[in-house]
Amino acid sequence: MLLIRCPYCEEERPELEFAGAGEAHIARPANMSDISDEDFEAFFFIRENQKGIVFERWRHIHGCGRFFNAARHSVSDKFIVTYKAGEPKPELTDEQIAAVAGATGKSGK
Amino acid sequence: MAKAPKVARAHPLAGRQFAGNGVTLAPVDIASRVSLRAEAGALADIGKLLGFALPTRPKTSAAKGRRTALWLGPDEWLITDATNQRLAATLAKAEPAGCSVVDIAHRNTAIEVSGPNAAAALNAGCPQDLRAAAFAVGAASRTVLAKAEIVLLRTGEDAFRVECWRSFADYVWTYLVDAAKSA
Repeated sequence: MLLIRCPYCEEERPELEFAGAGEAHIARPANMSDISDEDFEAFFFIRENQKGIVFERWRHIHGCGRFFNAARHSVSDKFIVTYKAGEPKPELTDEQIAAVAGATGKSGK
Repeated sequence: MAKAPKVARAHPLAGRQFAGNGVTLAPVDIASRVSLRAEAGALADIGKLLGFALPTRPKTSAAKGRRTALWLGPDEWLITDATNQRLAATLAKAEPAGCSVVDIAHRNTAIEVSGPNAAAALNAGCPQDLRAAAFAVGAASRTVLAKAEIVLLRTGEDAFRVECWRSFADYVWTYLVDAAKSA
């Protein structure tokens, strides 16, 4: 089982308490009624779905209930860092990325 | 107009008991419970009405007399009053200061899990680290027990209180009995 650090509970908690909530840092347009269908599609449906480092929203749904963001590797499933909602994307060091990219897709589950 | 008949509250786990294998299970008596969401500015007012300050650190609780307040989230608490008084009406006086008080007395029930194998029985379905170093006496947390969401409070070295929804009570009780038998 993965242990995920909740930035609000300030400790690692078991994966079963969490729910993933898609890509992070997607800003809802302020002028929603003015934007074109294409722009709405891009905002609402189109996701990067990158192989490698991804920034995701997570929710500690069976814990404190809070949404937070996480940087994670989409192949190894490993978490690099979690941070509170509203905080900017953290700068990741090469060491941090190398530490999670080394695995061969086994998540430790 | 005819007077409404007085209806007695039925406990969802009335009459149940289990003891064996170092685990004792007992339904907790009917109590009043409140779900509180509050802004930081309202905490002083609530503390006055409650009689003690709300806990503000993660995974902690505070208690005085028969009232207990459990930290659930940065602005969320579960408050219980074992004397079954009208706790919600009391705390609602703080609502103008910026909080929401919801009476959940009829939604929740609780089970006391005690004995030397209590933590082992809970760990059959609860993935949290329940060793004393990680989950000390007084620690409280919302978590899961198998398929049910629970709020866990450690009331003693070998004693826990499991709060769950009354509709889940039969499931949680049955699960804990099975867990206790193999603890």
